[in-house]
Amino acid sequence: MPTFRETTLACGLRIAAEVDPRGYSASLGYFVRTGARDETDVEAGVSHFLEHMMFKGTARRSAADVNRELDELGGQSNAYTSEEQTVYYATVLPKYQDRIVDLLTDMMRPSLADADFQTERQVILEEIAKYEDSPPFGAFERAMERYFGPRGLGRRILGTNESITAMTPKVMSDYFSRCYSPENIVLAAAGNVDFDSLVDQATQMTERWAAMEKAAAPKADDPSIFPEGITDEETIETPDAAQAYLVRVSPAPKINDPRRYATRLLSTVLGDESGSRFFWEMIDTGRAEACAMWPQEFGDCGAMFTYLVSHPDELTANRKSVDFLIDQVVRDGVSEDELQRAKNKTLAACIMQSDRPSNRLFGVGNGWQMRGEYLELDAMLERYRQVTVDDIAQAAKECLTSAPTETFALAGALLE
Amino acid sequence: MEPVDRGGLAGLMCEMIQRGAGPYSSRDIVERQDTLGLDHSAGVSSSLASYGATMPADALSEALSLYAEIIRRPHMPIDQLEDALQVSMQELRAVEDEPTQQVMIRLKQLQYGDLTGRPACGTQAGIESTEIDDVRNFFHDRYRPRGAILAIAGRFDWDAVQEQCISLFGDWEGDTATPPLLDLGKPGYEHISQDSSQTHIGFSFDAAPFRDKDFYLLRAGVGVLSDGMSSRLFDRVREQRGLCYTVSASTHSLLDRGAIFGYAGTTPERAQETLDVTLREIQSLAGGIEIAELERLKVRVQSSLIMEQESCASAVASMLSDWYHRGRVVTAREIEAIIESLTVEQVVEYWRNHPPKNFRVVTLGPQPLQVPSS
Repeated sequence: MPTFRETTLACGLRIAAEVDPRGYSASLGYFVRTGARDETDVEAGVSHFLEHMMFKGTARRSAADVNRELDELGGQSNAYTSEEQTVYYATVLPKYQDRIVDLLTDMMRPSLADADFQTERQVILEEIAKYEDSPPFGAFERAMERYFGPRGLGRRILGTNESITAMTPKVMSDYFSRCYSPENIVLAAAGNVDFDSLVDQATQMTERWAAMEKAAAPKADDPSIFPEGITDEETIETPDAAQAYLVRVSPAPKINDPRRYATRLLSTVLGDESGSRFFWEMIDTGRAEACAMWPQEFGDCGAMFTYLVSHPDELTANRKSVDFLIDQVVRDGVSEDELQRAKNKTLAACIMQSDRPSNRLFGVGNGWQMRGEYLELDAMLERYRQVTVDDIAQAAKECLTSAPTETFALAGALLE
Repeated sequence: MEPVDRGGLAGLMCEMIQRGAGPYSSRDIVERQDTLGLDHSAGVSSSLASYGATMPADALSEALSLYAEIIRRPHMPIDQLEDALQVSMQELRAVEDEPTQQVMIRLKQLQYGDLTGRPACGTQAGIESTEIDDVRNFFHDRYRPRGAILAIAGRFDWDAVQEQCISLFGDWEGDTATPPLLDLGKPGYEHISQDSSQTHIGFSFDAAPFRDKDFYLLRAGVGVLSDGMSSRLFDRVREQRGLCYTVSASTHSLLDRGAIFGYAGTTPERAQETLDVTLREIQSLAGGIEIAELERLKVRVQSSLIMEQESCASAVASMLSDWYHRGRVVTAREIEAIIESLTVEQVVEYWRNHPPKNFRVVTLGPQPLQVPSS
């Protein structure tokens, strides 16, 4: 059985690990509690841009050194930025633990050189352009902006062309100094990890992290104006698109709310990609390309997403069918059979995913960073098992009765 | 394998085969999959249709029984055909909205020929003209035991599984017809005009198939080009020049031929430079590689082979590919030994003797690019 170990270093860095000596690999990651929701208008997109810049070299390593060493260690390494966190992680063979910890830890104190900043800005602008060309053509970002407003959780992770073009190295280094202090970071590990060695090495390497001087907070945004490059219009015009896209957002439980398990199972019964009510009505019949529902949980609230993609001519009728299925589940709940199947599917998926340390890492790191909690696999499975049809009925009433915020990506104003 | 005028039939077959089989209705099959906790998938490539699932170990026996019904005794009910056709049409339209896929689909046809390289999503005309007999005939012609492969990885009892497979499949008979004569692709450049934010660039060239004895020399070169963040394409196109977010190249193989396929997406004003730098880097392999580049590749291969043991799904995918292309399963130890033995001289010599040529290039974007004619 895996064992959970944790400690907090004198500098404030927290370390949490699920150690399983049977693993073939070790996964390690820095979970930094900062993301798009922490940005101001002039900083829009800086969390993600900074994530790219963290690979661009340190006092001891050039950018090429960082990339080369990550490859030399042979593992899978990457990073991502969300609304609330920025995460850097790698999975390697256990014999490379010391080297990957050295590299990742060093990367947490980057050079942020001006020339690299200018080159990487172009890569970020390319990434924005890439998503503009891909379905659903910005509809998820717009849906978040419309539901949460253009700031906070509604802030676009990539930023906008305008904000990235205007970004300066100073804005980034100030943001870094405020958000990458050790008490804001969790070092998480899973799999075949030597915990004591990890703690020793991290202690030594992060000794001087707390000494970094924090820049003053930037000027607060003026809530009466919209950030540049952002609108809250309901419809994104996509003249060339063959399909029509609808994203809906309604309330859901936050990240530490005990009701989140019932809400997840509700979305499985109603909107899983296979075997759900949406599936039989919309996908199996070929009426829609996609029709799905899932919750997303944040630190202080949640959001339930409904996603519908179909031929533009059929979107209105399909949207009515979705409403019908939602009204039905709010009114009548779900059957014991449906709930049992949803549990079986969910539990099996949790068990299978837990086979890989690279998957467990995110459970450990997110749990410790966002909830200050470690949930072992069996405890999580038990929480799903305990969900009743009454819990599901309650979740449906709480998440699906208010009018959702809708966003469309369409060729023309088809719904008018 | 599809008739010429029925593009999309193999995909439609894949859809229809799951709509009721043996004692199970369409709904029963999905409910059974959910009850057993199967994370299931089905799909069609150039040469194979595949049906698979990852599951908790104790569900294996029942899953095998379920899939034996699906593969051997599908109902292919006429009253489900219209829905299945609509599903195929949705997939076709989905591809139309994905510029990257559009480029790679057209590129595959240029590479392998319009018929051999035809996309699994089919064509509107092909899908719309499909009748139930087309589906049933396709099933009777193609879903046969000879040429079919069953791969299992994970915790299971070999003797028990073998016994169950004999009882499930032992009396299954028949051969698949010889594949029709294949057409050939030809070098060239095509541009798809679209008012997109990026210019999407796809390129390909002839290369050895997986079964070739020197395939690993080819693969090592592609690794130097595109495996990891220190690979040449990532480093020189993205990291040093900031030309794009995505750039990559990879090997692909049919039974008798292979190709290298690559992609880069970039804003129109930088697309020409992106294409030029990318093609130049590919040609530079024959000019030499560093020992360190090959060493990094060796560590990556070794790590991924060891970590593959943590994922039954990737182990199964490797076994299927090996069996189909090479007629046997190549063990992790064998691959490690082959990769370990490669030298810089061998790789460079191989790329010198097999220089990338006969390029196919497809772009999608506001403006066409200048593509070198060789």
